[in-house]
Amino acid sequence: MSKLKYIGKKLMQLILTLYAIITFNFILFRIMPGDPIRLLARSGAISAESIARIKELFGLDQPMWMQYFIYLKNIVTGQFGISMTYRQPVSSIIAERMANTVTLLAVATVLIIIIGIGTGIVAAMRRGSRLDKTFVVASMVGWSLPTFWTGLLMIVVFGVFLKIFPISGILTPGMQYATYSQVIMDYAKHLVMPTIALIIVDMAQFFLITRSTLVDVLTEDYMLTAKGKGLSPRKALWRHAMPNAMLPIITTLALYVSLVIGGAIQVETVFSFPGMGKLMYDAVLKRDYPILEASFFLMAAVTVTANFISDIFYTIIDPRVKDI
Amino acid sequence: MSKMKEKKRNEVWEQMWGDGLGRAGIILLALILVISIIGPILFPFDAKDVGTSAAQIMEAPSAEHILGTDEMGRDVFRELLLGARVSLFVGLTATAISILVGALVGLISGFYSGFMSNMLMRITDFFIALPVLPMIIVLAAVFGQSITITIAVIGLTSWPSTARIIRSQVVSIRERQYIERIRALGAKDSRIIMIHILPNVLPLIYANTVLVIAGSILSEATLAFLGLGDPVSVSWGTMLHYAFVTGAAGRGAWWYLVPPGIGIVLVVLAFTLIGHTLDKIMNPRLREY
Repeated sequence: MSKLKYIGKKLMQLILTLYAIITFNFILFRIMPGDPIRLLARSGAISAESIARIKELFGLDQPMWMQYFIYLKNIVTGQFGISMTYRQPVSSIIAERMANTVTLLAVATVLIIIIGIGTGIVAAMRRGSRLDKTFVVASMVGWSLPTFWTGLLMIVVFGVFLKIFPISGILTPGMQYATYSQVIMDYAKHLVMPTIALIIVDMAQFFLITRSTLVDVLTEDYMLTAKGKGLSPRKALWRHAMPNAMLPIITTLALYVSLVIGGAIQVETVFSFPGMGKLMYDAVLKRDYPILEASFFLMAAVTVTANFISDIFYTIIDPRVKDI
Repeated sequence: MSKMKEKKRNEVWEQMWGDGLGRAGIILLALILVISIIGPILFPFDAKDVGTSAAQIMEAPSAEHILGTDEMGRDVFRELLLGARVSLFVGLTATAISILVGALVGLISGFYSGFMSNMLMRITDFFIALPVLPMIIVLAAVFGQSITITIAVIGLTSWPSTARIIRSQVVSIRERQYIERIRALGAKDSRIIMIHILPNVLPLIYANTVLVIAGSILSEATLAFLGLGDPVSVSWGTMLHYAFVTGAAGRGAWWYLVPPGIGIVLVVLAFTLIGHTLDKIMNPRLREY
């Protein structure tokens, strides 16, 4: 019951945070320097009549509080306005791009979790060995790599010099006429380099957190007891150590989402991958504010929701969390 | 008192130097600092010294240009040395802002309880939950490109972790008896905070501060790479931006793409190694690993 109460409280917090993000967005894009009408007209010589018309068209003639309520209503109903460069509703442009990003991030995340936790276990079990030290140094280097530069290097090495993988886009032009399996193969080939770039850079924190918590757990008394009972190291690991090491890993997952979204912006830019990240980059270059506003809102919403989910998981798994 | 502190400082330094990774970080950082200070004096970069023929554009390394030339025919090596300064400057100043704001918010929200303190904590939680890169992209895109804005944007978005660490520590210190006694003697809040609480809290954020520097340098590089840097003061990120948009990757111009990236990696790595080692030394629970 108390756990349920806690989850309810967290849910309230989530809703409040989402509301705060929307308000933050509203204020930010209204205090920014520059006059939106000038920006739209692209000229200073504009008649007072035209100004009034544009103001009416965009609802800028309404008082600020009214604009705010209209804004809230629009976001809740999924309307993010019209893109300034594509001249289409932002929501339909985003819908097109979303699937690509979700695919990229889903593949990368599954691999990052498996490889990160796997190498973390290996390193913790052989703490102090040469392999362990190599892994630690490698993870620090990976952590220090700028994601975009990792992608650029891969393009130069594997795309330009070795010509193994395609360096941009999601499908080879003309591929849409090929057979179904050929299209899937082509799609997969385009995913390889962006995915590897994300894995190299964002794996480190799973490795480090798994390793350090396992090292802590492995020295606990109950692990000695497990050993004394005659459990093999492998059984002791999975039955007693890992369940205890899971909690910090779950916390890391929430931080990871924020990180990997930043990673997606960078790899999509470098590989001209038509997803949300590339959309945001293009919007930055063209100062397409409605797109910027909407993509920031969505990315922030995904991150705070991931935080919420990891909180819930934590509560369910950890028997100590009862009354907070 | 001061002698004790000095002894402790020596101890930290010794442990740092005794740790392989910590020592590597210190040597690396010292090397980079020396290069960034002396380099541009020995090999000054002239932004107006552009190439005069097509052959001088993105020219491969030669005796004259040991790291080739950029898209304007300028010497990449000299540009690289100057870029080190900008990257370090932005990283350090942004961190200073970040620590200042974080410490202030942490101290106030930890020391006082009540509406203000609660609000500050909510604001911290709000900013900690937002994805960092999209947020600084939006802020930089809205407020424009200059080195001041880059510093402000990075500094004003990276403080929540510091605020949290400080707050939790202040909350535990605030209830201790000696604070109550000092208060009974009539000390003002500001005096209690500055003299009796701050010195006990600061050592906890040393490691965090060094890691914030690493993060700030990475953020600066990423912002600049995405075209949101200051076009006048060229950092490593800016170099990579121009390399990218002028097609250096497709042309296989590795001499323009590789060196600035290595610069970023080495600086960030130096701070990361030092930060992790400091964390190990200052945080005894993790001393085992």
